Amino acid sequence: MKYTKKDWLLGGLTGLALVVILLLLGVLLGQIVWHGAPVISVEFLTERPGADMISGGIWPAIYGTVFMTLLMTLAGVPIGIATAIFLSEYASPRSRLAKLVRIAVNNLAGVPSIVFGLFGLGFFIIFVGGGIDSLLYDDTTPVWGKPSILWASLTLAILTLPVVIVTTEEALRTVPREIRDASLALGATRFQTVYKIVLPNAKGGILTGVILAVSRGAGEVAPIIFCGAANFLPYLPTDLRDMFMHLGYHVYALATQSPNVDAARPTLFGTVLVLLVLTFSLNLLAVIIRARSRAALRI
Amino acid sequence: MVEGPDGAKAVEAGRRVAFGPRQSRSKLASSFRTPLWHRVAEKTIALLALTAIAAIALIFVFIAREAVPMFWESDFAQEVELQDLFFAKQWHGYDEPVYIWQPVGEPSKYNVIPLFVGSLKVTLLAMLLSVPLGIGCAIFTAMYAPRRFREIVKPIIELLAGIPSVVLGFFALMVIASWAQATFGFHFRLNAIVAAIGLALTIVPVIFTISEDALQAVPSTLTEAALALGARKYQVALRVVLPAAIPGIAAGVVLGFGRAIGETMIVLMASGNAAIMELFDFTTSVRTITATIAAELGEVAQGDPHWRILFLLGVMLFVVTFVLNLVGDLIIQRLHQRVTASS
Repeated sequence: MKYTKKDWLLGGLTGLALVVILLLLGVLLGQIVWHGAPVISVEFLTERPGADMISGGIWPAIYGTVFMTLLMTLAGVPIGIATAIFLSEYASPRSRLAKLVRIAVNNLAGVPSIVFGLFGLGFFIIFVGGGIDSLLYDDTTPVWGKPSILWASLTLAILTLPVVIVTTEEALRTVPREIRDASLALGATRFQTVYKIVLPNAKGGILTGVILAVSRGAGEVAPIIFCGAANFLPYLPTDLRDMFMHLGYHVYALATQSPNVDAARPTLFGTVLVLLVLTFSLNLLAVIIRARSRAALRI
Repeated sequence: MVEGPDGAKAVEAGRRVAFGPRQSRSKLASSFRTPLWHRVAEKTIALLALTAIAAIALIFVFIAREAVPMFWESDFAQEVELQDLFFAKQWHGYDEPVYIWQPVGEPSKYNVIPLFVGSLKVTLLAMLLSVPLGIGCAIFTAMYAPRRFREIVKPIIELLAGIPSVVLGFFALMVIASWAQATFGFHFRLNAIVAAIGLALTIVPVIFTISEDALQAVPSTLTEAALALGARKYQVALRVVLPAAIPGIAAGVVLGFGRAIGETMIVLMASGNAAIMELFDFTTSVRTITATIAAELGEVAQGDPHWRILFLLGVMLFVVTFVLNLVGDLIIQRLHQRVTASS
């Protein structure tokens, strides 16, 4: 087909929009890799930060991020998968409850992250933690009712719930109906069909959802500002009630509260690069697993 | 051919006919009964599925719980008058009634209007940037780009969506702010424009993905008919495909708006955070609702008037984004119904 002048104009303008976005993305990644890569060294990754937070490494932040993400996954993923199973395998599409659950999931995905922070503080720390304290201890010093890695993880588990639910449900729906029918026709119960036939076939898709949720949770900072992230901790968290350092929070604190931002620049770029590599490699892994499981289902 | 869930029902019914009702106590029947732990597991699944509903309800209840005592607490009434939250007040030492957010001032001034103005200013500016960019990218990938190119571009823009917002905030603070100041000579290094550029980077993927899906979902019969009638490609794009995809694009814009107004880290790091009541000058620094909560809550005592007001801001934010999400989802659902009905 022949393009006219106006075609070139529309194609050019819209293409320009794409170029602008790709350029911005390119500059972003380029700057971070360019300034961040020289900072990365074994010491940077494995040592504790110095008292000024600029010298030394970022090991406690890496450790805290991974620890928190692990807890978050343990708490959130089973609930997310169960919800997806309910929506795709048990609830009829017209059921009012399923509709309500779907609306709730969609809205949960849209709740601002800072509101999750308020929720974590108001519900987990003050209500649940404070409740445990007043039940178990006479002392007024809070044991559970204070910011900790446990409450931060639980808050993020709820924040990432929609990601797990939506991707898992999608994965369950790609399992062909014929397989389910065959299983049921052989006399398997509904539940046997779900956990022996449907779940194994949707494994790849579910894993994708879990990884995407982990990647999202690892990068969120706003919810954990009041829920357990620490500015500077000389020791690693060993207890669920400890506070923890976090890569994203470290970036925020260092970039906005450091007395000498210019001196902090290399450390900052290095930390951002580590965080970016962490989330990107998770995303990449998710993309690869998803592509593979789709290819496997097609055969 | 029986369908999935109905098929299961049929099988269940068949089993009941063959082996008697479930409640039968005979030994034969009991061995065919669904094992107890299956039923327990199924009940657990149904129960866990309610978590999402419970979470939404709990979020609202427990944020409101920290905010509403402001309406009856005497401590609160002593320090703040409720009407001062929203209306201009003639403070001592000022020439005229003003809107001021100054919690550390003496006396503390808690007028939330400057924060609303700040949030709206940054959000609108970010939308002004990201709507044309997002829709432009979507039109190009859906209409002009070759198929293989599209398959590369989509994941790349989704990659942009996967970047943590603290990284985008850092990028806006370190790179965009310096570049913008050098290029435009802003008086304030961190201002509404810098924050909006950073925000646009998070909203463009939202608008792009939903718009692109909507453009792709327009039935090819429509475009083919238009092309057969001799329409040019740009005419097909602008007069056939785009109007047909408008509801989807609108949903993308609404959801993008919700995302922008609730975004915290980028505005916290790159907007300068001065609560200035300035409606039209975009080169001044702004303080948004989200950034105010994030920056101030850590330093406030629990139950303090300041604490209650910050939670009130959270409640408002929650309600606004909730409504925006409902509207966006409703549009998308309508669109789905229309597309499935027409094909």
